[in-house]
Amino acid sequence: MVYDQLVLRYGDLTMKGRNRNQFEKKMLRQVKNALTGFEGVTYWKTYGRLYVRLNGHPYGPVADRLKELFGLTSLSPVRSCSPDLEDIRAAALAVMSALSTPPKTFKMSVKRAWKKFPHNSQEMNHLVGAHVLRAFPELSVNVREPEVELRVDIQEESAYIFCEVIPAVGGFPFGSNGKAMLLLSGGIDSPVAGWMAMRKGLELEAVHFHSYPFTSQQATDKVIELSKRLSYFSGTPIKLHLVPFTDIQTSLVQAGQEHLIITLMRRAMLRITEQLAERHGALGIVTGESLGQVASQTLPSMNVIGRAAALPMLKPLIMMDKQEIINLAVKIGTYETSILPYEDCCTLFLPKSPSTNPNMRVVERIEAGMKELDDKIAVALQNTETLMLTPNSDNSAAQAGEDSWF
Amino acid sequence: MKEKLYMDYSASAPLLSEVADTLLEVTRQIYFNPSSLHEGGIQAAKLIQRSRTLVAEKLGTASGNWLFTSGGTESNNLAVKGAARQYRNRGKHIITTAIEHASVHESMLQLQEEGFKVTFLPVGREGHVSVSDVEAALTDETILVSIMHVNNEIGTVQPIQEIGRLLSSRPRTLFHVDAVQSIGKLPLDIEGCGIHLLSASAHKLGGPRGVGLLYVKEGITLQPLLSGGSQEFGLRPGTENVPSIVAAAKAVRLAAEGAEASAAAMKPLRDKLRAFAEATPELKVNGAEPLAPHIVHFSYPGMKPEVIIHMLEQHGILASTRSACSSKDSKPSRVLLALGASPSQASGGVRISFGNCHREAHVDVLIKALESIISQLKHLGRST
Repeated sequence: MVYDQLVLRYGDLTMKGRNRNQFEKKMLRQVKNALTGFEGVTYWKTYGRLYVRLNGHPYGPVADRLKELFGLTSLSPVRSCSPDLEDIRAAALAVMSALSTPPKTFKMSVKRAWKKFPHNSQEMNHLVGAHVLRAFPELSVNVREPEVELRVDIQEESAYIFCEVIPAVGGFPFGSNGKAMLLLSGGIDSPVAGWMAMRKGLELEAVHFHSYPFTSQQATDKVIELSKRLSYFSGTPIKLHLVPFTDIQTSLVQAGQEHLIITLMRRAMLRITEQLAERHGALGIVTGESLGQVASQTLPSMNVIGRAAALPMLKPLIMMDKQEIINLAVKIGTYETSILPYEDCCTLFLPKSPSTNPNMRVVERIEAGMKELDDKIAVALQNTETLMLTPNSDNSAAQAGEDSWF
Repeated sequence: MKEKLYMDYSASAPLLSEVADTLLEVTRQIYFNPSSLHEGGIQAAKLIQRSRTLVAEKLGTASGNWLFTSGGTESNNLAVKGAARQYRNRGKHIITTAIEHASVHESMLQLQEEGFKVTFLPVGREGHVSVSDVEAALTDETILVSIMHVNNEIGTVQPIQEIGRLLSSRPRTLFHVDAVQSIGKLPLDIEGCGIHLLSASAHKLGGPRGVGLLYVKEGITLQPLLSGGSQEFGLRPGTENVPSIVAAAKAVRLAAEGAEASAAAMKPLRDKLRAFAEATPELKVNGAEPLAPHIVHFSYPGMKPEVIIHMLEQHGILASTRSACSSKDSKPSRVLLALGASPSQASGGVRISFGNCHREAHVDVLIKALESIISQLKHLGRST
């Protein structure tokens, strides 16, 4: 195994001073969570960088896991050696020999961060590059379009030799921008919205409304799977609040304003979510709405619906095309789960012609006429079930039957 | 029936008692149809899902699907015919060997009638297909290569890894491996070998009859053999046999977890028996290394194999003439003919196959019985 460590780069967090230290600590915790399956790897950090000592693990699977973790901009498998010319030369040869296809051209890039090292970067480019050229007679230098860029990073504690920079998903470390609630329906959009919000460093708690017997347990299982997937990207457990919505939904249906049902439902959901946010210290509500996609997502609808809550509404997908959203869903691995054919409560009782331009006063009048609505919201909150999920949480199938049967 | 010494594990292994418990309990409790919407149906569907996950974990596949079928024969039929018919627009050439199990061989003959061109690769005298023969047979039209891992009759191990490597640069050629005789006996890195389709059977591992497994790599689709519902990812309609599927998953787990130990235990038995047969002038041992740990095959040239089987049974030993599926067939063995045996030699095979319960003492009993049989028969043998 030619590489002994992975170096993880945060990019410019534009976080200075004390903040930076906190974020680095957070990042380390996320990385550790993400790598729980890799026994024996160890960690250490310097200013602005985090290192994973592989201790015998091949770097591929570790890198594949980390490049999807929010807060990292890139990573490289590196071979470390003492900051000494001969050791660096030997390590450079080892790294070049380990390439799966021997390159025809290469370029040297030495960076001397430790200024007490006796040779400067220019001299080192030559001293290491010439050594490599002697060892590989077929190889030549091409500084413009090299097939391989052989990099040497000289720090006081070690020199690091590598030639691969793996781009990571970027974003901010988990929770560095506060906490919000995510409305998670089980469809294609809301998990993508959650992913985008989390990439920006938002800590999310997911909220799902279910209407058994009008929706099924499978619809809820779907949302559990999606939440687990989101937790995979943050490297942090996620809370999922399951709100029983049947009673509220059926009473809204009976209010007799078919074209306003969706508007009324969404307002009730926001009220419940806002109360959950207050209990859990969240300062915003993230939704998967995309302008004009359905009747409740026109600007007039969003206006009437959004006024039910005072918290800021964050809508990462608002200006995206459906196809762009689908592409992202496929990329982050939520699409297959999202398209499982179990109805969620928003598609139930879907009116033939839902209002795209609801009248605020009519909506408020209907709500004022439903004296029991506040009580029902209180009951729904009281009966809300909260799950704490991680990517490895057992799915319900893993607990099916008796363990002794397997 | 008097206590018998059962040495026909490759035909079928006795149901393990912990697997029998699962079978009985699930049969009694989970009578629901997994497609039903009620809680019972959902529970049944989840049991299948859990079984699938367990099989994938124990057999080391990270992606792709494991289907449950009615047995190794159906898995092989679905893999070979399903893949050929699905990808017929890519080309119409298929490569297989002359020593495949009947379920692959006959499927190939059927495909030939449908207009596919099938190359049946020969094997060497020791029963192995050569990688260079596979390479030479490949054309731009080749859509499928189907080669067994362990031969069911003589126990030879085919070079699956090397063939997989050879095919790795040909994304349009699918690789099917009939691993019915090898799962739980020999390690096989399914994904690492570039395998697209792999067949297995539960009752060879101490699981119930009537359950086969078929691994289908991610991105591969098959034309179903049957028409009906959308069970098993739409590839195999029919109400799932939940109790047997759960029991099969348990059998796979037990076999996979014990594979290394049982191979280590069976190898010396195999070697002792082979050494005896090699030292006995009347017998001819078939196949050579690499060999599976649990199968020994030898011929008694000039003597009908049934005679040996019947006489072994008089000694309380149960064995097979060859693949049990064709042992009632009086024609010479297709596998032995492929090894270059004459038709009379090819009729004379005895297959001994071991299981976990066998110890050296059992092999000693078998050897004694064979010595006695040979001393009786030796004066009756007709030279050929």
